[in-house]
Amino acid sequence: MRGYNLVDSEIILKHKLVPEHEILSEKEKKKVLKEHNATEEQMPRIRKDDPVAKAIGAEKGDLLRIKRNSITAGESTYYRIVV
Amino acid sequence: METYSKKIGSIKFGILSPEQIRSTSQTRIVTPDTYDEDGYPIEGGLMDLHLGVVNPGLRCKTCGGRMGTCPGHLGHIELVRPVVHVSYAKIIYNLLRSTCKDCNKILLSDEKVEGLETKRDIVRKAKNRSKCPHCGEKQSKIKLDRPTNFYENDQRILPSEIRERIEKIPDEVLRQFNIDPEYARPEWAILSVLPVPPANSRPSITLQSGARSEDDLTHKLVDILRINQRLRDNLSAGAPQLIIEDLWDLLQYHVSTYFDNEISGIPPARHRSGRPLKTLKQRLKGKEGRFRYNLSGKRVNFSARTVITPDPQISINEVGVPETIAEELTTPIPITSWNIDNLKKYIKREKPPKAEYVKKPDGRRKKVTPETKEAILEEIEPGYLLERQLEDGDVIVFNRQPSLHRISMMAHKVKVLPGKTLRLNPCVCPPYNADFDGDEMNLHLPQTEEAKAEALNLMLVQDQIITPRYGRPIIYGNQDFVSAGYEVTKEGTTFKKTIAKKMLAAADIYKLPEPDAGDEYSGKLLFSQVLPDDLNLGYKATIHEEGVNEDADGTVVIEDGLLKQGVIDKESFQGKLMDRIFRKYGADRAREFLNKATKLVITGLMEKGFTVSFKDIELPEETEEEINNKIEEGKEKVDELIGKYEEEELKRIPGKTRKETLEARIMSELGKIRTESGELAKNSMEEGNYMLTMSRVGARGSILNITQMSALLGQQAVRGGRILRGYKDRSLPHFKKGDMGVESRGFVKSSLKDGLNSTEFFFHSMGGREGLVDKGIRTAKSGYMQRRLIHALQDINLKQDKTVRDAKNRIVQFKYGEDGVDPMKCIGYKPIDYKEVTE
Repeated sequence: MRGYNLVDSEIILKHKLVPEHEILSEKEKKKVLKEHNATEEQMPRIRKDDPVAKAIGAEKGDLLRIKRNSITAGESTYYRIVV
Repeated sequence: METYSKKIGSIKFGILSPEQIRSTSQTRIVTPDTYDEDGYPIEGGLMDLHLGVVNPGLRCKTCGGRMGTCPGHLGHIELVRPVVHVSYAKIIYNLLRSTCKDCNKILLSDEKVEGLETKRDIVRKAKNRSKCPHCGEKQSKIKLDRPTNFYENDQRILPSEIRERIEKIPDEVLRQFNIDPEYARPEWAILSVLPVPPANSRPSITLQSGARSEDDLTHKLVDILRINQRLRDNLSAGAPQLIIEDLWDLLQYHVSTYFDNEISGIPPARHRSGRPLKTLKQRLKGKEGRFRYNLSGKRVNFSARTVITPDPQISINEVGVPETIAEELTTPIPITSWNIDNLKKYIKREKPPKAEYVKKPDGRRKKVTPETKEAILEEIEPGYLLERQLEDGDVIVFNRQPSLHRISMMAHKVKVLPGKTLRLNPCVCPPYNADFDGDEMNLHLPQTEEAKAEALNLMLVQDQIITPRYGRPIIYGNQDFVSAGYEVTKEGTTFKKTIAKKMLAAADIYKLPEPDAGDEYSGKLLFSQVLPDDLNLGYKATIHEEGVNEDADGTVVIEDGLLKQGVIDKESFQGKLMDRIFRKYGADRAREFLNKATKLVITGLMEKGFTVSFKDIELPEETEEEINNKIEEGKEKVDELIGKYEEEELKRIPGKTRKETLEARIMSELGKIRTESGELAKNSMEEGNYMLTMSRVGARGSILNITQMSALLGQQAVRGGRILRGYKDRSLPHFKKGDMGVESRGFVKSSLKDGLNSTEFFFHSMGGREGLVDKGIRTAKSGYMQRRLIHALQDINLKQDKTVRDAKNRIVQFKYGEDGVDPMKCIGYKPIDYKEVTE
């Protein structure tokens, strides 16, 4: 068998290397897309079966806001759309 | 010329069907020969005139064209027995083992196929089924013996039988395998007809002796035809099956190697000389293949290449171009009513830069010669184009390979000089990574006004002084300029009036300041003349040492453009000073400063003199003694360690074995000897030692280099450890087996000054060789990594809204570098120099 079974899928959210993911509301999503002058297809993607996406219960079409630590900017915001 | 602009919608690849091959073919090739005794192409041979002409004077029998106009035409060979196309063997194999031999459906139920997404999944699930789920037929296991032999229950399946089987697979089933049956029926991959490429795609070479040498592909086709004929003869003679199969295999071998001569498992077909033949796949593949060499590789006109040599007298913006090159290169100048009178001078001139050609508005070109001169002078009017030779001030693009970043290509202004080399200001070496040990560089001459303007405004050397990588100068005074800056500006250096004048004149300054050291001029005052008048700056020089010179030459103080304190060394040229002048006063002033400062200081240096001799690495006897004691002490310590190790008293370093611990301890002990000896040597050297000066001010060389020359070379390493290779348990037969002493394992206690003994020399060579090999491998490895990386990143660019996007406008970064900061406008990795702001 490949891989291993996660005891609790949400446990990864507590890992120090996993940044904070947040599902945006429909309104927020529209705003972000407009802000960056981008269509859904142009947004960076994240798979629905990505461990983090699964853990926070993201659905296809959801836009996630990710707060990452950055060497250059201290903290940076990134967005990924669930596919 | 009429041009069309169309976008390619899609490209479809397929396999040629036998019918297509026959209908495209102009003639059937049967004879394995090319030319008859008279050198005339044989009808039905591989150089048949239906395939196009390669001999001057003959006409193509297909299109009637002559050599050059005839594009070449295909022929074909009818194979007596079909053979497998090597490149498709795997697809055939997959089809055979995942379809039923009886009903030809996939060996999976329809529902199961539905659930699988890719072709690979279908093959993976279907291949080992022993029973067909559709018709219940028992399936036997099929094996592929690479490259082209198939077996069923250890029984050989011949290509003809394979073809019969896959012919039966219906189109719908093929579609499930992602094969479009209209363009690529798999049975077409079992070749019964072989297309013969046009004669001009495999040209023969006539040697000086008159002997003709055929192309590798022609050779291969000859082989195929020969075996084909033999097989045909044997078949009609009713030869035994065994012989037939042998010949059949031989035909398969030749056809396989015709397509690809690097198939694993079978020997490559060779030329008579033993060289492997270059067949179809080899023509396309790799760096020297059709794609990378002929299609992606571009060659240019209006360029020059030769050896470079340094010239500190020319500006950093300039490049010295030999007269011979300047006379050869031309640039077009549009004739207008404003420049016509000036341009006429070029036509009249007897000496370069002369006008070479005049181009009329209708595109006709006229050569300017003494005979045509007068007529052309009369004729030209605005709208004409004049092509003239290179002259001083022309903008060219200068380049040195490998072109790793944008500053590998910069715009320079031409300065035509006598001599045969391209001349470069040594300050511009760092961005090109150039030196003068035989390096060659390329020069490109822009051919349109647009290109010239672009080069001048975007690529000019002076605008590249700050590197876009980390925002620090990359064009700066180095080596002798640094030594000179120090020698000229150090405390107590003064110059007589005549020399001061000379130095200032070199910097193009003709206003002498009031003398400040009696009737002489201090170096600091002279250097101040090239600084901007309102410059105020304070920083630590490279030679700065806490408690030694921090209140003297170690700290630089510039007030209102006057160098009050401190020396101009590496930090000034390559750091703070250069940086500040560029940012505060702009590129023009920075270029002016660099040109003037370097010329001023080297003129001063030539008056003072600066040289290195044996004296500079010689040590006083006491120091030699001390160093020897150091070495002896160190050796004793090592012996102590070895003793401890043998008595098993040595405490292990976590994660290391006892032996590794010992080695690590010895290495650090020996390292200590070297650094401490170096320290001793350095301290014994007098003020004014040129070697030491160069290293202190950052011009060239390190303390380690000095140590190795004057004190001792130290431990030589191979594979990161002490040397133990060559013989059993010892490095050389001069030592006892298992000797762990320092001398036997590569410790060199001699210095380069004293010379090495034979074993030391050998160890030093071992270390040196490793260094060379590593360097070679590193550059090759990183070069390939770079190629892959550039390929992956080539379309990614920064948009106006600071997002980083790819070719399809997909976002890669929402803010460039996550903080939206341009590294070129940073000061050494930081967006703002806080200290500078608060000052």
